[in-house]
Amino acid sequence: MLNADSLKKIDREIAKYPADQKQSAVMAALVIAQDEKGWLAPETMDFVASYLGMPPVAVYEVATFYNMYNMQPTGQFKLTICTCLPCGLQGSLEAADHLKSRLGIDFNETTADGRFTLKEGECMGACAMAPVVLVNNKRMCDQMSADKLDALVEELRKSPSGKA
Amino acid sequence: MAMLTVEVDGKSVQVPNGATVMEAANKLGVFVPHFCYHKKLSIAANCRMCLVQVEKAPKPMPACATPVTDGMKVWTHSEAAKKAQNGVMEFLLINHPLDCPICDQGGECQLQDLAVGYGGSASRYAEPKRVVFHKNMGPLISAEEMSRCIHCTRCVRFGQEVAGVMELGMVGRGEHSEIVSFVGKSVDSELSGNMIDICPVGALTSKPFRYSARTWELSRRKSVSPHDSLGANLIVQVKQNKVMRVVPRENEEVNECWISDRDRFAYEGLNSEDRLTRPMLKDGGEWHEVGWEVALEHVASRLGAVRNAQGGEAIGALVSPNATLEEMYLTQKLLRGIGSDNVDFRLRQTDFAADGRRKGAPWLGMPVAELGSLDRVLVVGSFLRKDHPLLAARLRMAAKRALQLNVLHSSDDDLLMNVANKAIVAPQLLPEMLGQVVKALAEAKGTAAPAAVAGLQVADEARRIAASLASGKAVGVFLGNLAEQHPRAAELQVLVQMLAELSGGRFGFLGQAGNSVGGYIAGCLPQGKGLNAADMLRAPRKAYVLVGVEPELDCNDPVQTLSALRSAEFVVALSSYRGQLAEHVDVMLPLAPFTETSGTFINCEGRSQSFNGVVRPLGDTRPGWKVLRVLGNLLGVEGFEYDQSEAVRDAACGTASVASKLGNGIEGVSVGLKPVADSGLQRLADVPVYFSDPVVRRAESLQQSRDAKVPAARLSPVLAQRLGVAAGDRVKVRQGGEAVLEVMLEAGLPDGVVRIAAGHPATAGLGAMSGTISVEKA
Repeated sequence: MLNADSLKKIDREIAKYPADQKQSAVMAALVIAQDEKGWLAPETMDFVASYLGMPPVAVYEVATFYNMYNMQPTGQFKLTICTCLPCGLQGSLEAADHLKSRLGIDFNETTADGRFTLKEGECMGACAMAPVVLVNNKRMCDQMSADKLDALVEELRKSPSGKA
Repeated sequence: MAMLTVEVDGKSVQVPNGATVMEAANKLGVFVPHFCYHKKLSIAANCRMCLVQVEKAPKPMPACATPVTDGMKVWTHSEAAKKAQNGVMEFLLINHPLDCPICDQGGECQLQDLAVGYGGSASRYAEPKRVVFHKNMGPLISAEEMSRCIHCTRCVRFGQEVAGVMELGMVGRGEHSEIVSFVGKSVDSELSGNMIDICPVGALTSKPFRYSARTWELSRRKSVSPHDSLGANLIVQVKQNKVMRVVPRENEEVNECWISDRDRFAYEGLNSEDRLTRPMLKDGGEWHEVGWEVALEHVASRLGAVRNAQGGEAIGALVSPNATLEEMYLTQKLLRGIGSDNVDFRLRQTDFAADGRRKGAPWLGMPVAELGSLDRVLVVGSFLRKDHPLLAARLRMAAKRALQLNVLHSSDDDLLMNVANKAIVAPQLLPEMLGQVVKALAEAKGTAAPAAVAGLQVADEARRIAASLASGKAVGVFLGNLAEQHPRAAELQVLVQMLAELSGGRFGFLGQAGNSVGGYIAGCLPQGKGLNAADMLRAPRKAYVLVGVEPELDCNDPVQTLSALRSAEFVVALSSYRGQLAEHVDVMLPLAPFTETSGTFINCEGRSQSFNGVVRPLGDTRPGWKVLRVLGNLLGVEGFEYDQSEAVRDAACGTASVASKLGNGIEGVSVGLKPVADSGLQRLADVPVYFSDPVVRRAESLQQSRDAKVPAARLSPVLAQRLGVAAGDRVKVRQGGEAVLEVMLEAGLPDGVVRIAAGHPATAGLGAMSGTISVEKA
């Protein structure tokens, strides 16, 4: 179900916990599975569950609790903009509106070319640098003015490899 | 243990170290409002309803999750506590729909009840409420209104902790939390109905009961479940003389506060269309409804005629192991009164070598409640989860603590608990494998192995099981239904007895049916030269009396049973249902099921539980003990003057206590263990949980569940490959008769074993539940 590389990474995570508590590795395993597949399909979660010896529904609980796990397929780049209070005071709502009009999509939508998905995020712990945008869960961009947002979008549009 | 003194609402109480404020309050009889707390489940502390004021604590504390300290002072109804509780209630009601008038839980809803005491008379919340989509959880649990859920997670914890399988979970977070089964799967646990009881709101309700009555319209009557050997205590709820639903009656020593789905939903079978409501008589090949007098006089004269012509021993009686003690006692008394010793209730048993050699009635060997305190258990030949759902739940709880559970069986069913060691062998090899465990245990204990097992080679599995048993302080060895129905059952019992002696533990029988112990106490089995259930079918009688038996489904060998009935001159059936009886019998007498008669069941621990009828008998149905009494009178048998079922019970039990008649020991049965020659494919037969007795077979909702699927021919993948069949193929199975079944692969089966369930019309064309069988592509 997952490729050998991912399984090796998951095994490494499992090794960090006592043998009878493999389920402790569930969050890491889901991250690894998502990195490979792009999102967590029910079959993927089923696989992780059986790999860790957990009830499938317990994996589903974890996956749905944290919003960095994608429960639906996303575009090539998932942009998550924080709309919590400090970011909001620093103009993240305007930044979000800018992104929406620039990309022509609303929150939880994907552009027609499959490049961008826009998500509303919760506090990322970088309030001092508000507003913040997270690209594909891994790269954080701070103090996102309209100009910086435009530059980010341009950069990602040109990125051939799909790497953020 | 150190006791702590704590003061709750000014009253002082002593509780053990580690107790919570909730437990201290309960001990004093002080009620603290709560939703997520349940005494049998782990503590979640997520509803926050039980907030109380604690001295020196700066904010309110949840009573369910706050351990008491010595000298702690708690106020559960102070100003501060009330304010916190009222606040929580206001939050809980924000998203709770105001649909109590159409909610099935209305009137028995904890949220509704507590809202009266702790809620405001009007809501300050005017914004839209959240909507949660309904879920399909299968035929038993209705989850149509999940907006009502308050996220206490009792159902989730029940699944994880008691049922042993997490079928429900809470996904999402915060306002988006909801209870789901994994991507729309149904909830299939055999204990799932308890989630309905523990749901404090109307989110999970009973699907069969849905919209059929209001709780305040129902009268509540005590009863006892006839469906398995535990005898779960029930409250049967009745409206207009009809059983509307069944819920548990708490009895810590028997069923705690749970019942199995079979106990809960089987009631639908009581209201089945198939109920026999008038006595019926076959006359010249035509069936006629007749009055009781006509029917009973006919029966008496026909039985009398057979006795006069061929002697009493030409008559045999087969009694359902779920019949009441009174019915069993009167049947055997009637038969003995007309000169026959051919009476038996052990319809699925094949080995009767232990008869006459037992020290008493076979039973569990210990009180049910003590199962939880065992530290080593070996279960031999049991479809444990399906045959004994609540005994399995007790062992599951124990297995989480100190218990090492060992299994010796012929199929590797998932017991949903930790199994320390298991040995899975073909059914004909069970005695040898058990013998190996005996030998290994003797070696581990440093004593000489009993002669019968001394020559065996000990396999690794047997040695591991023996090592586990040898290291225990409280050992229990139990024989399940497969072991009791095994062709070498008596040898298995002797071997288990050896194990118990060697390990200093106890042994017993899980029990095949609701009144299996009662059958022995009532003397409903041959006591002299009479024929047992198997013999009286092998050597057909001229007349048969059937009490509560569906002959093609309830007996070990349906083919032999039906052929014996066909060859008989006269067969009378006391039965609650028509079923296929019209084809096999001459007279049908409508027999009251357990809800319509008074009676007694003696459960596996020897607990005699009497009950009253909860509704009037349907139509012309009559309680079995009354029918049998009149038959006794008509046949001129002495001592049939009972005018109350209690008098019958007292006669059946005699003056000595039931406990004094229990005893598992047997003497004089020889064990002959030798390698079994390969005799081809062997049948392994379970009785699926929802085909175990006539009432359950007619419970519609249970029949739609996964456990009620038409039996398949289950084989290991290895065997399937050898036979050249694949999953889903139709195969013709031959054994006595034949049946065409679908192939299902089951990895846990030993090679050479074909698992085909009994108790179902699809397999009623086959012979005995064990033995050689042939499988070929249809």
